[in-house]
Amino acid sequence: MIEYEAVIGLEVHVELSTESKIFCACPTAFGGAPNTHVCAICSGMPGTLPALNREVLRYAIRAGLATNCEITRDGKFDRKNYFYPDLPKAYQISQLYLPVCRNGRIEIGEGKNKKTIGIHEMHIEEDAGKLVHDPEGNCTLVDYNRCGIPLIEIVSKPDFRSADEVTDYLERLKTTLQYIGVSDCKMQEGSMRADINLSVRPVGREELGTRTEMKNMASLKAISRAIEAETKRQISRISAGKPIKQQTRRWDDDKGVSFSMRSKEDAHDYKYFPEPDLLPLRVSDGMIEEIRREIPELREARRARYIKELGLPEYDADILTSSFPLVRIFERTAGICGNAKEASNWIMTDLLKLLKDEQVAPEDMHFPEDSLGKIIRMTSEGVINRSVGRRVLTELFGSDTDPITYVKDNGLAMVSDQSVIETAVDRAIRENEKAVADYLCGNPKSLQFLIGQAMRHLRGKGDPQSVQKILFEHLEKRR
Amino acid sequence: MKDENILNMTALEVARAIRSGDITSPQATEAVLSAIEEKDGELNGYIRVFGDRAIARASEVQKQIERGALDYPLAGVPYAIKDNICTEGIPTTCGSKMLENFIPPYSATVVHDLERAGAVSVGKLNLDEFCMGSTSETSFFGPVKNPWDTTRVPGGSSGGAAASVAARMSFYAYGSDTGGSIRQPCSYCGVSGIKPTYGSVSRFGLIAYASSLDQIGPIGRDMLDCAAALNQIIGKDPADQTTIDTVPIDLSAASEFSGKGLRIGVPEDFFAEGIDPEVEAAVRKAVHVFSELGASVTSFRLPIARYAIPTYYIIACAEACSNLSRYDGIKYGYRSQNAKSLSDIYVMSRSEGFGLEVKRRIMLGNYVLSSGFYDAYYKKALQSKALIRKAFDEAFVKYDLILGPTAPSTAPRIGESLSDPLRMYLSDVYTVLPNIVGLPSASIPCGFDRNNMPVGLQMIGPYRSEQTMVGAACLFQRSTAYHLRFPEKRGEDA
Amino acid sequence: MIRMTDIHEAPPEPASIGAEQIEYLEQLARIRLSGEEKERTARDLSKILDYIEMLGELDTEGVDPLSHPVTTEPVFREDKAVNDDRRDAMLRNAPEHKDGCFKVPKTVE
Repeated sequence: MIEYEAVIGLEVHVELSTESKIFCACPTAFGGAPNTHVCAICSGMPGTLPALNREVLRYAIRAGLATNCEITRDGKFDRKNYFYPDLPKAYQISQLYLPVCRNGRIEIGEGKNKKTIGIHEMHIEEDAGKLVHDPEGNCTLVDYNRCGIPLIEIVSKPDFRSADEVTDYLERLKTTLQYIGVSDCKMQEGSMRADINLSVRPVGREELGTRTEMKNMASLKAISRAIEAETKRQISRISAGKPIKQQTRRWDDDKGVSFSMRSKEDAHDYKYFPEPDLLPLRVSDGMIEEIRREIPELREARRARYIKELGLPEYDADILTSSFPLVRIFERTAGICGNAKEASNWIMTDLLKLLKDEQVAPEDMHFPEDSLGKIIRMTSEGVINRSVGRRVLTELFGSDTDPITYVKDNGLAMVSDQSVIETAVDRAIRENEKAVADYLCGNPKSLQFLIGQAMRHLRGKGDPQSVQKILFEHLEKRR
Repeated sequence: MKDENILNMTALEVARAIRSGDITSPQATEAVLSAIEEKDGELNGYIRVFGDRAIARASEVQKQIERGALDYPLAGVPYAIKDNICTEGIPTTCGSKMLENFIPPYSATVVHDLERAGAVSVGKLNLDEFCMGSTSETSFFGPVKNPWDTTRVPGGSSGGAAASVAARMSFYAYGSDTGGSIRQPCSYCGVSGIKPTYGSVSRFGLIAYASSLDQIGPIGRDMLDCAAALNQIIGKDPADQTTIDTVPIDLSAASEFSGKGLRIGVPEDFFAEGIDPEVEAAVRKAVHVFSELGASVTSFRLPIARYAIPTYYIIACAEACSNLSRYDGIKYGYRSQNAKSLSDIYVMSRSEGFGLEVKRRIMLGNYVLSSGFYDAYYKKALQSKALIRKAFDEAFVKYDLILGPTAPSTAPRIGESLSDPLRMYLSDVYTVLPNIVGLPSASIPCGFDRNNMPVGLQMIGPYRSEQTMVGAACLFQRSTAYHLRFPEKRGEDA
Repeated sequence: MIRMTDIHEAPPEPASIGAEQIEYLEQLARIRLSGEEKERTARDLSKILDYIEMLGELDTEGVDPLSHPVTTEPVFREDKAVNDDRRDAMLRNAPEHKDGCFKVPKTVE
C-alpha cells in the first residue's frame, strides 16, 4: 500500500491592535452597532483617500523582526480588485509586489522533533466588512465596522506535514504576536484567522499534488479537525483513482465535513497594480533598529530566565510563559508582592483554576493586573490570612474592585487583638469539654478541631498563629 | 456700478473693489447670477446654481470683510467649481446618471480652504462624465457649448468651468486636469488655466478618475487671477498623503517678471503632422513675442512625446477601471430598478448608470490590467513614464520653460469627436505629457483662427516652477491682448 | 474558448477585440453592453489598442517602472481614534438599507 503525506501551507490573517483603522481615524474596537465605526473613507465614498496609520507599518515590522524576517526597505501598496458587497471600494489595498517582510521562520516542536517553518512573506492589508444574513427579510445586510481594520497576512511556506505541526505553529505565532503587543489574536472574535492550503502526495515524492484551500478558519480545534478530514478525503479520492480539483472548500465544524464552495470563474483576475494614492514606503536602518529595541524578551528567553534566575520549576515557567497575558500578570504580581515563587504559586493554583472554571482564555481575562499582587501582599503582611486571600481572589475575579478597599469595606482584616482572640479561645474550650479532654489525653487532632472552633467564632479572620499560641497556653494551664 | 461693468472686471479687481467699498460681495454675486440666468440656458455650463444660498453666503462674507475679519486676496469674489469636487450636503454628480442623486457627507479639502478664504460659490460646473472626454459632450446633463460659437464644443473635461469664465458667468473657476482637462478647454475658450505640480493641491474630495494624474487647478481671465486662485488651495494635506509642501505664488513678483535671461525650449515634435497650420502660426508668433521680450528661444527634439498618448491611456484607464468599480448600486448612486439578484445589482446598475465613453475606458482598463497582459501594457507604460521623466529632467537642465500648442486644433463642432474616439484621444497629445510625470503646466490664449476661435499656448515647467510659469505668462499678457477679448466683443474687434 | 488569462507572451499580438474578449471584459467590469454597443466597443477598442501597440517599439530594456514621479517624505497619520459616526448621512445615499446596514439580495456562498 502507498503511504501518503499531507503538504500544508498557511495564510494567517491577524488584526493589528492599533487604536484607529489603517487608513482613517475610525476606532478598531470590536462590536458596536452596525456601521457606527464607519466614516466616508472606510465606507469607500467617492473622492476619499487613504491616510496610512503610522503604527501599522511599525507593528508589521515588529512582527517581522520577531519572526526573523527580512524587512523590505522600499515597500509599496497595491490594489487587489474584486467585486463583493463587503468591500466598499471594490478593491482592497494590499501588498503584492513588495510586501513589508519576507523570508522569516518560526521553530516548532521540542527536542528531536524540532522543525523550522519558513515564512514566505508578511504583508499589510485592510480588512473587509461583514455580511449578515437576515432571515426575516431573506436578504443580506452589510456592516462596515470591520472595514479598514489593519491586518497582516503571514504566508508560510508549505512546510507542515500534520495538523499537530499546524496547531503548534499557530500557538507559537499567537504567543509571539501577543508578546510583542501587535495583536490580541482572539480567534473567537476573528482577530486571528487562517486559510489552509493542503495537498497530499506519496511519501518520498518531490512534486506537489493538487491543493485545496479552506478559508477563514477561526479555532485551533476546527483547524486540526479540518486538516485531518481533508487529508483523509484527498487520500481516499486518489486511492480510488479520482482526481483532486483545485478549489476552495468550506469547513463545517458541526458536521465535521467540508463542502466545495461554488467557484466563481472570474474571481481570480485581481488586476493588481500599484496603489497610486499612497507613496512608496521608505524604511530606514534607524527605524528598524528603533523598532527592534521595542521588542520585549520573547518566550524562550523568558522561560529560561524564570527557571534560572527566579528559581521557578520548569513546569511552572512553561505554563506562565505560554501566554503573554499570564506573563504580564505574573511579573506585575511578583513585582507588587516581592516574591516570584509566591506569585507563581498563586497563579498556578488559584488563578488558573478560576480561568478554567469560568472557561476564560488568559487574553480575555477581565481582572486588573495589580489585584492579585495586592492580595498576596496582604497575606504576607498579615492583614488577611491565606484562606481569606483565596476568598477575596474568587470574589473579585472579573471585577475592577480594588482588593485593599474590598478587604476594608467588608471587614475581612485579620483579628490580632489578644483579648478578642482570648474570648474566642475561652468560648471554644468552654463549649467543647470532650475535645479538651481528648487533647489532654494526648490526641493532637483535637487541637486542630479547637483551633477551627475558635476561628469560627472569629469568622475566619483570626491570625492563625496567635490563635494557636493562645489556645495552646490556655490548654496547658488546665493540665 | 452696473452689472456689466462689474462682470468685465478680473477676480482680483472685483476683490479690490469689494475691499475699497466700491461694490459689495452680494452685488458681484447678483451680477454673476443674472449672467448665468441670461446665458446658461444655452451654454449649459452649470449643473447646479446656488441662487439664494450664494447671496446669503456673500452677505455673510461681506460682513466679515467689513469687520476686517477676512483679508484674503479673493475674499467675497464669486467663483464656481467643477461638479466632481465633493460639497457636503450638496449633490455632486460627476456629470453621471450614476451619481445624479449622490449627496456627499463631507466636503473636499479645497472646499474647506475656499470657505476659509471667504470665497463665494455660485454653483457646480458641467463636465464630461467622470471627466472622460475632451469635449464636455458626454455629460448626463447634456453637452456644454462654447461661448465663442455655440455650435462648437468648449473642450473638456472642465468645459463648464472654461465656458463659465469665458462667458462672464463666473469670475474664476476650479476644474480638474487628468490629461489636459483644464488646459485644453482653456485653449478652446480663450481663457487661462493652470494644472499645478502633482501634489500641490489636495485631491481629498475630488472624485477620482485617474489618481496618479488628477490635479485640481484654477481657470481665470488672466494668469494673475489664476495664481491668486491657486494660492487659496495649495498646501500639504494630511488627508492626501501624496501632497507636497508648496510655496504660494508671489503675485507682485509675477507682475514684475522680466523675460531677460529666461530660457525657453520649443519641442519641434509638437509641430509634427496633425497640427492645424493656423494653430502652429499663432503659437510660433507667441513664442516670438517671448524672444522679443528678451528670452532665449531654442528648438529641440523630444522624441519621447510620440509615446505620450499610449502611455497616458494605459495608465488612466487602468486606474479608472479600479476607481470606478466602487459604483455598484449598493452604498450610493444609481441602482437599476430591474435588478433582482446581487449580480444583477452590479451588472445592471453599472450598465444603465454609466455612459458609453465611461464604459469604453473601463473596458480598456480591464483589458490592460487583466492577467497575462499587465507586463505588456501597464508595466510598459510605467517604464515609458520613467523615460518621459528622464527626457524632461534633461530638458530642464537647459530650459526654464517649454512652450508649444495646448491642442492641435481650435474647438471642433459638437458631435464631430464622439464618432471617432481615437481621434478625440489624439487631441490630448500635448497636454497628457505633464500629467504623466506630474509637471506643472498652463494654457494661455495666444491668438485666434480665421473663425475667430481662440488658440492656446501651453507652458510646461519643472516641478514646483509655478512662480516662473505664472511670471512668464503675466509678462506675455502684459504685452498682448488676446486674453482681454471675450465672446461678446468679437464683433467689435473684427 | 480562448481566455485572456491563457495568453502570456509580451508583447501581445496586434490586438483585435472579438466577441469573446468583449464578453470576458464585460465579466471583469461587471458591465453588460447592448448588441450595438458591443459591436461599437469591439471596433473602437481594436482601433485604440492598435494605436497603443506602438509602445511596443519603445526600448525599455533595464528601465525601472516609475509609479510615483513626485514623491516626498510621507507624513503618516498618528494612531488616534475619532469616532465620527455619520451613519445616517451615509445611509441616506443608499438605495436600500435596513437596521443600520446596507441591504443587498441574499449573497450565495
